Amino acid sequence: MTQQEKEGMLSPYRVLDLTDEKGLMCGKIMGDLGADVIKIEQPGGDPSRNIGPFWHDEPDPEKSLFWFALNANKRGITLDVKTAAGREIFKKLVITADFVIESFKPGYLNRLKLGYRALEKLNPGIILVSITPFGQTGPYKNFKAPDIVAWAAGSGPYMRTFGDADRPPFRISHHAQTYYHAGTEAVVGALVALYYRQVSGVGQHVDVSIQECMAFNTGWEWDLNKITRKRGETFIPVTVRHMWPCKDGWVMWRYLVGPMAKRQSIPLVKWMEEEGMADDFMKNFDWEHFNYFKTTQDIVNHMEEQTIKFFMTHSKAELMAGAIKRRIMLYPIATMKDIVESPQLNARDFWQEVKHPELDTTITYPAKWANTSEAPPEIWRRAPLIGEHNEEIYEKEMGFSRDKLILLKQAGVI
Amino acid sequence: MAKKPLEGIKVADFCWVWTGPTTTRVLSNFGATVIKIESSRRLDVWRIQPPFKDNTPGPNRGGVFNTQNTGKLSVTINLAHPKGIELAKRLIAWADIVTDNYAGGSMARMGFSYEELKKIKPDIIMLSSALMGQTGPWHDSPGFGDQLTAISGLTQISGYPDREPGEIGYYTDYIAPRFNAIMILAALEYRHRTGKGVYLDVAQHQASVAYVSPLILDYVVNKRVANRMGNKYDYAAPHGIYQCQGEDRWCAIAIFTDEEWESFCKVIGNPPWTKEPMFSTIQARKENEEELDKRVNEWTMQHTDYEVMSLMQAARVGAALVGTAEDIMDKDPHLKYRKYYRELDHPEIGKLRAPRQPCVLSKTPDEIRRAPLIGEHNNYVFKNILGMTDGEIADLVAQEVIV
Repeated sequence: MTQQEKEGMLSPYRVLDLTDEKGLMCGKIMGDLGADVIKIEQPGGDPSRNIGPFWHDEPDPEKSLFWFALNANKRGITLDVKTAAGREIFKKLVITADFVIESFKPGYLNRLKLGYRALEKLNPGIILVSITPFGQTGPYKNFKAPDIVAWAAGSGPYMRTFGDADRPPFRISHHAQTYYHAGTEAVVGALVALYYRQVSGVGQHVDVSIQECMAFNTGWEWDLNKITRKRGETFIPVTVRHMWPCKDGWVMWRYLVGPMAKRQSIPLVKWMEEEGMADDFMKNFDWEHFNYFKTTQDIVNHMEEQTIKFFMTHSKAELMAGAIKRRIMLYPIATMKDIVESPQLNARDFWQEVKHPELDTTITYPAKWANTSEAPPEIWRRAPLIGEHNEEIYEKEMGFSRDKLILLKQAGVI
Repeated sequence: MAKKPLEGIKVADFCWVWTGPTTTRVLSNFGATVIKIESSRRLDVWRIQPPFKDNTPGPNRGGVFNTQNTGKLSVTINLAHPKGIELAKRLIAWADIVTDNYAGGSMARMGFSYEELKKIKPDIIMLSSALMGQTGPWHDSPGFGDQLTAISGLTQISGYPDREPGEIGYYTDYIAPRFNAIMILAALEYRHRTGKGVYLDVAQHQASVAYVSPLILDYVVNKRVANRMGNKYDYAAPHGIYQCQGEDRWCAIAIFTDEEWESFCKVIGNPPWTKEPMFSTIQARKENEEELDKRVNEWTMQHTDYEVMSLMQAARVGAALVGTAEDIMDKDPHLKYRKYYRELDHPEIGKLRAPRQPCVLSKTPDEIRRAPLIGEHNNYVFKNILGMTDGEIADLVAQEVIV
């Protein structure tokens, strides 16, 4: 079924997506919600097609799984907006569009005479969404921000709470989480602007700074009380474990204090007892009055040793199932495999089979990130091949002649 | 005065703790009327958790509460009382949007299922943002944000490969509110077009897994299980966070292209080691990354984090210091220029700062107003919005319905 046949929440709207890696998530989410997203790639294809992993590890711009994940639901055309002819075509498209999303350096579109002022003249309702490392204004606006730099620039205080103090702070591995945040926040801005357009009839320019998207934690202690914590500094006098090894990996669980201790620790120790894994200390311990400030490290160590022994006899999946039954807050540190095998996601209809005819295969995608009573987000089509919809859009929708198409191709415009 | 883009939108907000309030803050910051339905008998967790101003506890003194609830109105209703439920239903009848982030099934148990809400207001938009959603075998399981981060695959890929997974706190708490806000705004658009309300069952877990989609496909297609890589990156070197002069000072540097590598070498004065074949190509640098990182560290240790960042960025090399709260809030000239933190006056704790929305709208900027005191707007809301008399209100106070 295509977007046209089934209504999504954003079905009437067209999005022109000029972004690179930094902004792909924005158009992806809008496409999931039914918008007609046209990914505009430079002739030869977008550089983010070179980002792995690849289908069967075959490095090929048509086989990037990163590209697949971030561009499903988009149609794709090639167009070089740096050429005069390319700009004219782009302007024609802008007249038909509701949103333009871009992640060029600040001022780049202005230099091409395609900045907000120019687009607004063509289409007063147009909403231009710009996603850049540090936003459109300010002393750092031209600074570069690969993912790890964006993390540092926005989330320094937060990163300082990560991991062990004897190693450098770290970012989350693999693809740029910071760009995902920016793309998602960009949709928020785009839709607020759309709501206002319904009221006023006018569009506007939405400026999304990746640094700001990462500054989600305020330095509360600093702001209120001028306190700075050292890395690794804890608020309690004993060291307590949050992550525990088990038979096939790790789980997350903690011995809580106060009323939660009764609801959490007692059922866990009972479970250990049922399986003959609780010693007298664990059986007789006064869990209800456990208090980080009134215990000793030796006691904590003993509790932890006993608990690890028990966890090591079970897999993540077994521990999760047992925890659910007992309403204990114990969760696996899931791998991608665990996620794919999750009974919860399966029950929630999260996965969707997407056809890739040119690979002669069907791939299971994580698809439905929200369940709704009407028009849920879905994947309607796989990511586009390079220039896949050139004919459909240029010829059928815009009425270009075949001769013009051939000329534009040879001139390197499309 | 600038126009508020969401002016006129009315929200009955049952959210508490972090994810829910951070979601509805988007709406209040952009001009919607958000009424936070809370209770002095069961205070929002962030009204009782530190940090507090001057380390003095008090329901209006919490740092987190006051930044995540900007611009909202507060009423206090006892939802354990049948008349409290009736009163809340009157607010629902007034609202366009009802929001909650309780564990799955909780709203229904209180009599606020979507079906019930539709009877009160046929085109209501309802967002329920539970950890695991409203259905499925794990739907009612409670948990903390770090546990959700773990089950969503993000902890496994954080930290160093030779150590246990790296703790990254309540990371998914920063993902879910954005998806929640998107769904509310999309549903408003859908209602505008079709006249139909929508139930939005947004599981924080599903929204979070969207942030590892390519790694999921890698498992589905190639059966590869992604692991953590410290600060390494598949095709960049140097790529890391390096120690600088001073105590616990760090700067991130990331070099992807030969051009960036040459600029980097120039900045550090082209020492002979940079010309050795073991560092001459990206492949060579990746192969000798440990040695490379050691050399880079030797240089960064001679400089302040701010110098490293400025010198590198001036040479078009990506770099940024890993700031403390003081660095970000008081010293970062860029965030200051862009007025990212807004100073607010609070009647009980004086001045505090709250961030604005990270998306800046050119014609309709956000407006950040301080968070409400507990029950601050009881009179205003019950009188001016619900049209109740002083007598009716006093009656409900006496019956411990308004608490």
